[in-house]
Amino acid sequence: MPAVQETVERVKSIDVDQYKYGFETKIEVEKAPKGLDESTVRFISAKKNEPEWMLEWRLEAFRRWKTMQEPEWARVHYQKIDYQDLYYYAAPKKQAGPKSLDELDPEILETYKKLGIPLQEQEILAGVAEENRVYSKVAVDAVFDSVSVVTTFKEELKKAGVLFMSISEAIREHPELVKKYLGSVVPVTDNFFATLNSAVFSDGSFVYVPKGVRCPMELSTYFRINEKQTGQFERTLIIADEGAYVSYLEGCTAPSRDENQLHAAVVELVALDNAEIKYSTVQNWYPGDAQGKGGVYNFVTKRGDCRGNGSKISWTQVETGSAITWKYPSCILRGDNSQGEFYSIAISNGHQQVDSGTKMIHLGKNTSSRIISKGIAAGVSQNTYRGQVSAHRKATNARNFTNCDSLLIGDKCGAHTTPYIEAKSSSAVFEHEATTSKISDDMLFYCRQRGLSAEEAVALVVNGFVKDVLQHLPMEFAVEAQKLIAISLEGSVG
Amino acid sequence: MALLEVKDLHARVEEKEILRGLNLTINPGEVHAIMGPNGSGKSTLSYVLAGKDDYEVTGGSATLDGEDLLELEPDERAAKGLFLAFQYPIEIPGVASMTFLRTAVNSVRKKRGEEELSTPDFLRLVRERAKELNIKDDMLKRPVNVGFSGGEKKRNEILQMALLEPKMCVLDETDSGLDIDALKIVADGVNRLRAKNRGFLVITHYQRLLDHIVPDVVHVMARGKIVRTGGPELAHELEAKGYAGYENAA
Amino acid sequence: MNAEVKMMRTAAETQYSDALAALPGAEPVRALREKALRLFAEKGLPHRRVEEWKYTDLRVLLREMAPLAGKPDAAALTEAKKIDLLGNIGAREITFVNGAFVAELSNLKGLEKGLTISTLGDALKGDATLPQFLAGLNPGKYDAVYALNTAALNEGVVIDVAPGAQITKPIHIRHIVTGTSLVSVFGRVVVKVGKKAQATIIQSHAGPDAVAYQTNTVLQLSVADDAELDIVRVQAEGDKAIHLSMMVGAIGTDSRFKSFALSTGAAVSRHTVPFAYAGRNARALISGATLLRGKQHADMTLEVDHALPGGESRELFKTVLDDESRGVFQGLIVVRPDAQKTDGRMMSAALLLGDEAEMDNKPELEIFADDVQCAHGATTGALDDDLLFYLRARGIPKKEAESLLIQSFFGEAIEHIENEKIRDAMMKRAGHWLAARG
Repeated sequence: MPAVQETVERVKSIDVDQYKYGFETKIEVEKAPKGLDESTVRFISAKKNEPEWMLEWRLEAFRRWKTMQEPEWARVHYQKIDYQDLYYYAAPKKQAGPKSLDELDPEILETYKKLGIPLQEQEILAGVAEENRVYSKVAVDAVFDSVSVVTTFKEELKKAGVLFMSISEAIREHPELVKKYLGSVVPVTDNFFATLNSAVFSDGSFVYVPKGVRCPMELSTYFRINEKQTGQFERTLIIADEGAYVSYLEGCTAPSRDENQLHAAVVELVALDNAEIKYSTVQNWYPGDAQGKGGVYNFVTKRGDCRGNGSKISWTQVETGSAITWKYPSCILRGDNSQGEFYSIAISNGHQQVDSGTKMIHLGKNTSSRIISKGIAAGVSQNTYRGQVSAHRKATNARNFTNCDSLLIGDKCGAHTTPYIEAKSSSAVFEHEATTSKISDDMLFYCRQRGLSAEEAVALVVNGFVKDVLQHLPMEFAVEAQKLIAISLEGSVG
Repeated sequence: MALLEVKDLHARVEEKEILRGLNLTINPGEVHAIMGPNGSGKSTLSYVLAGKDDYEVTGGSATLDGEDLLELEPDERAAKGLFLAFQYPIEIPGVASMTFLRTAVNSVRKKRGEEELSTPDFLRLVRERAKELNIKDDMLKRPVNVGFSGGEKKRNEILQMALLEPKMCVLDETDSGLDIDALKIVADGVNRLRAKNRGFLVITHYQRLLDHIVPDVVHVMARGKIVRTGGPELAHELEAKGYAGYENAA
Repeated sequence: MNAEVKMMRTAAETQYSDALAALPGAEPVRALREKALRLFAEKGLPHRRVEEWKYTDLRVLLREMAPLAGKPDAAALTEAKKIDLLGNIGAREITFVNGAFVAELSNLKGLEKGLTISTLGDALKGDATLPQFLAGLNPGKYDAVYALNTAALNEGVVIDVAPGAQITKPIHIRHIVTGTSLVSVFGRVVVKVGKKAQATIIQSHAGPDAVAYQTNTVLQLSVADDAELDIVRVQAEGDKAIHLSMMVGAIGTDSRFKSFALSTGAAVSRHTVPFAYAGRNARALISGATLLRGKQHADMTLEVDHALPGGESRELFKTVLDDESRGVFQGLIVVRPDAQKTDGRMMSAALLLGDEAEMDNKPELEIFADDVQCAHGATTGALDDDLLFYLRARGIPKKEAESLLIQSFFGEAIEHIENEKIRDAMMKRAGHWLAARG
């Protein structure tokens, strides 16, 4: 059988077993009543002991959301979501709020252990090949369905002045910061899913790095959807004050179920003068089975505001999971001399649909942005890059370089590129290039002549294809991501 | 037992018959050369032996150490010890040569039931072999064949040959695009690998490579089969008289 | 979106519906017209929420429909005679003044063997398949410009090149608007090139400055197997005009198609090119240069559709934007599942000269076949300072140095025109634009 054909066959036969995070944790939970109305919003707010202003904020968003329509411009197709047939809040019963590690439900501890996520302090990221182990500390905020169950290294971070906690906790303990920044990057009215999130967001992480502080360790959040028919509405807010630096990682998994689960997150980043935020995601939500049944709908609004002069925000994403991905991590380059970056690997296989990309909005003077996107489509998946680069009239000397390459494996999938490039400033220099091609037969044959199996050959060639992006991930994540890429393209070997 | 035994091999590419009843026997330790005019099917033979897609065998057999080659996947053939030095080595962007070499060596070792090499052992081995071929460290850090000169690519092929320890090496026009110095480095590399249990099939259009890699047997190929076989003197005869007499020989 | 709020009809929409419904006409054109008009009544003018018109909102740009132009009078013909956009390029001329075919300004004598040129009315009498063809190549898709053009179907020309005929003399179709009153002008040109035939067609548009007239022209092409067609288009409408146009075509197996469009005129212009590969191994080059100043707005929108294997497409567009002008380029390459071995390359480059100029680029790839090589590129930038300095260091004054660089920028697209006389005429016209730069 020709190598490519064989790969196509194998990739096609990808099945649920491939998804190794598909297990379910049996645990007692407390849920909000099914459906969504004002009382649901009040329920969530009350559960979190939120102040009145927060409830008002949510209710305002909810009223607004009722007047909005689900967007349809993305190149994705799915059955209409019945928003009344979902649970909007689910939390482990024994878990009133984040606790210390000793108090954590052992079932949950076990879950994170199985996922390879270190909750023990002094641990490092698991699942990394022995020889490449880097013994660095990583602080973790673990979000289980609707609540943050534990946040590690809080004390050590506090010594450096870094606030790292669940957003629920931050609303209670640092209302002045939350009031100032929440919704300031992604307005409550931004879009259908963001507005929904604003009304019912459950938990997520909050980070504040004070002036001049370089965060002493990597921060990370692991999101886990466990409960059935439950939407997860994560809300993350990261603020790097003047001259601060923080690197933040995010990982996501969910059980294999034959229903579609909704994940509608909002992430807001604020970088003040000369601050830098590096945000990395390895998104591995359950993608659905071979027939396209089940899988997570990942409808996410992520946006960074380079509010200060000389600030920098860098997004790196490895998207391998989800049945549908609708996600455009963006940068608003407001400050003069600010920089935005977007590095993306999006792999779609089976029946997955990806519509992802970025926006680089140049507002300040001498701003620059860089977009490197690598899309790989296999199976019967559809993979779209959608991006916008725009320079405002006053954004003199704006610079952008964009490169989006797509690779097709098999003739049943599609790869699409839709960039919007808008220059309103004559001093703007924008360069955009995109290519689409199939995985090269000659390359695969060369590899196989040197003894690599068809799958190894595909994994090697694909890893070469995405290398420009992989090198922007923190080392621990890069190794993980590399394996994930191989697994995502793997079929039943036979 | 013969190392490589090809009997009455017929093969076609896109409906066009290229190999038309080719016979060839190479014993362990022997170096054979196949010479022939352009289009005689020399490269096709190398691809058919290595198992490239689109090269369809329509008749005959090919065995390595008595085992049927034609039923095997390309990587299985490699693991059995068949090595093809490509006329045009392929570029693989983004994959460091070192990574590629290690993946290849360990895949082959695994299939042969051998232990994978430890990182220090592997590095030591590569550096040793690379030095003999005048391959610098920075070349090993660069992506496979990307931006390599013609000579670098061919030396890289020989390095891979040395590391994979094949039984049967097929060199497809390895001399093409090489200047005399590069040719000598490559030939020396091949000669170092000559051993009593290893066979070579050197495919070439010109005799000059055979001044450096002296063959035991020389074959002339025309229109898809071997039409004449002789000793090294045959190569000189061809160099002097050209292929004119063979174009229509079959 | 189904739930989309039905918008209020604009004044222009109502005017179009009324004016075009009142046009006289007999079957079979009448049925075509009525159908198009119903479609227009239902869908109306496009606005920015319609993806293909994102950057050119006709509901805003086209507030009112100018009255339909009447038959050209003697004064109009005298004025039209003075218009000579391209000089002597040795072409056979066919002239429309204010939308009406003018025999005395056209040369239909001594047609080469295999070449038939007829007015739309005459052609309809002789060709029963024509109405179907006029109805559109992709009737499933709505385009307001096409619908309005069909609803107004009256005057036009049909050029038919018989199989095997090699028509070396270029055919120049001139669309001229005259006078000082606001008028709406429509026109339809059909070009059919038979198997193994070859032809070169030029289409030009000109009209008076300072008059906000409106033109709507559709060029409909079909290129049979092994045929060759070259199209050159010059849009030099008056500076207040609204120019809407379309070139819609399909090319057959092993055919070769080349087109070039030079646009310097109109206050608002939109040229749409839906282009289909209806055969295997067809090759096409679609190129253009758009030179704008003042507050001009020009939109070039392509959709190149590869449905069958082995197609090769090249698109090259250059946009030069001075003052506060706005350029739009939207280019989509579609490769359908059966179109294996497609090789598509699209490039849009814009040069921003004016501080307030704006360029919107949307190059798109939509790929459903795997064994393809497709790429697109888009660049936006100002003149290269280093190059400018180099030229000035060699003694060339600033303005001249700029002109040289601008010329080399758009020249890259013009140089693909094979016919030397036409190519020179294009360079000359583009040169006029440069010379008029303040």
